[in-house]
Amino acid sequence: MIGDGSLERFRREGRIVVVGASLAGLRAAETLRDKGFAGSLTMIGDEPHEPYDRPPLSKQVLLGKAAAERTALPRLRSVDATWRLGVPAAGLDMAARRVRLADGDEVPYDRLLIATGVRAHPWPREAEAQLDGVFVLRTRDDSAALARRLEAGPKRVLVIGAGFTGSEIASACRERGLAVTVAERGAAPLVGALGGVVGAVAAEMQREHGVDLRCGVMVTALEGDASGRVRAAQLSDGSTVETDVVIVSLGATRNTEWLAGSGLGAGPRGIACDAGCRAFDIRGIVTDDIYAAGDVARCPHPLFGYQFLSLEHWGNAVSQARIAAHNMISESTDRIPHMEVPAFWSSQFGVNIKSVGVPSLGTEILISQGSLKDHRFLGVYGYQGRVIGAVAFDHARWLPFYQELIETTAPFPPSFPTVDRRSDGQRPIDADFPDPSVPTHGPTVTLGGYSPADRRMTFTPAH
Amino acid sequence: MVRIAVDLNRCQGYAQCAFLAPEVFAMHGEEALLYDPEADEAQGEKLAQAAAACPVQAVVVDAVDASAEAVPGDR
Repeated sequence: MIGDGSLERFRREGRIVVVGASLAGLRAAETLRDKGFAGSLTMIGDEPHEPYDRPPLSKQVLLGKAAAERTALPRLRSVDATWRLGVPAAGLDMAARRVRLADGDEVPYDRLLIATGVRAHPWPREAEAQLDGVFVLRTRDDSAALARRLEAGPKRVLVIGAGFTGSEIASACRERGLAVTVAERGAAPLVGALGGVVGAVAAEMQREHGVDLRCGVMVTALEGDASGRVRAAQLSDGSTVETDVVIVSLGATRNTEWLAGSGLGAGPRGIACDAGCRAFDIRGIVTDDIYAAGDVARCPHPLFGYQFLSLEHWGNAVSQARIAAHNMISESTDRIPHMEVPAFWSSQFGVNIKSVGVPSLGTEILISQGSLKDHRFLGVYGYQGRVIGAVAFDHARWLPFYQELIETTAPFPPSFPTVDRRSDGQRPIDADFPDPSVPTHGPTVTLGGYSPADRRMTFTPAH
Repeated sequence: MVRIAVDLNRCQGYAQCAFLAPEVFAMHGEEALLYDPEADEAQGEKLAQAAAACPVQAVVVDAVDASAEAVPGDR
């Protein structure tokens, strides 16, 4: 905005609409108020619940240690908002600056933040997905329904897809003493996110905890009984798994369909935005009144060659939301870029898994501490002579050191002698990521744009 | 009640919270933390101690009265 006092006026009496009432939406709203936005704030959410936290849904809740209904997010401050919950946004008119809701209402805005996140990818065959006993796990209601079913003591649970969510579900089921089969298209669990070297450890952990793990297979069909309850699954190797609970964990789909035709640069890979969270329109021109944050956003990251990163990570949702909120109510010279190093965690089969950077960008891995055999180690990922990511299995305390190596683009292999010299260590080996043309569960980091090693860009128009 | 979230990116398993408020926080394996996302008011003081004692300040609790911020129509 120009120096005519219009920004001051906007901060005093403007209208901000936040579409998406989950972690990113809530933290953005709190930041707006914290930084002095005194105008009207409207929060739109498709679920009827106030903002809640998702990580417990696949852990504490499935273990029966917390109720799904009691996972609302703590409030860091009052947000004084108008809440429109239980009604999804259905359209956007960029010229008129209005969000259309599914119930036909229209909500006008001066600035808009889109934080609509992702949803679980459903089982592709609709009739089979409707069978009683077939679940996905993304929302509070999904988790509550699944926890009730696990409480009832099913004979066998089948988890389709061994990414982080699928693996956490399998872990919780085993901890409850339930028989579990996991079917994974890739060569190992977590292989898309962490590669085959670490995936092999994840496979060992599953099998040691009694999971019937089947890799390199796809589920081809789900069968129901006469009353419409799932009873079995057919696998691509010709085998059949008898099961009464199936959990489809095939990754997530970005909630951008409501923006189709709006002119905003939104699609299946998310909403493209600049490093300051301002969304691009379909012409590649950055808007000045529409921002995006959280799982639905993809923005260029300076540490990773300005590739567009979309991250389905809790910490990213928090930090990106705060930056988007700050930038929404700031002069252009006061805006700040979103540069946080990606980080995530998972806990499964008694092991705490944490990562920093972008392991899936790495081509080599070096086990710098601990040992793969003990399932306690630290793996450093290298890409073209630099450290690009790190993963810790029960070695979390060391991660800040590796994060610094990533932030300073330290050379790979690292020049320091490893801390506890083990046979696994010292030499980098192929990290063994799957061929990207072979389908597997997606990593929780999606890269787009051009390679960090090759900064040339070729523009090929479709017509 | 008091709502709780733990930034498990920050958490490094020091387990101070599990010592100070064992009804709310527990270690799960050597390093992972499990917590109850909603604690009774009776836990309030222990919870405040646990949040304050965390060496990496990873414990996030309600900073405002939860019922005052309740969203109308939430089911």
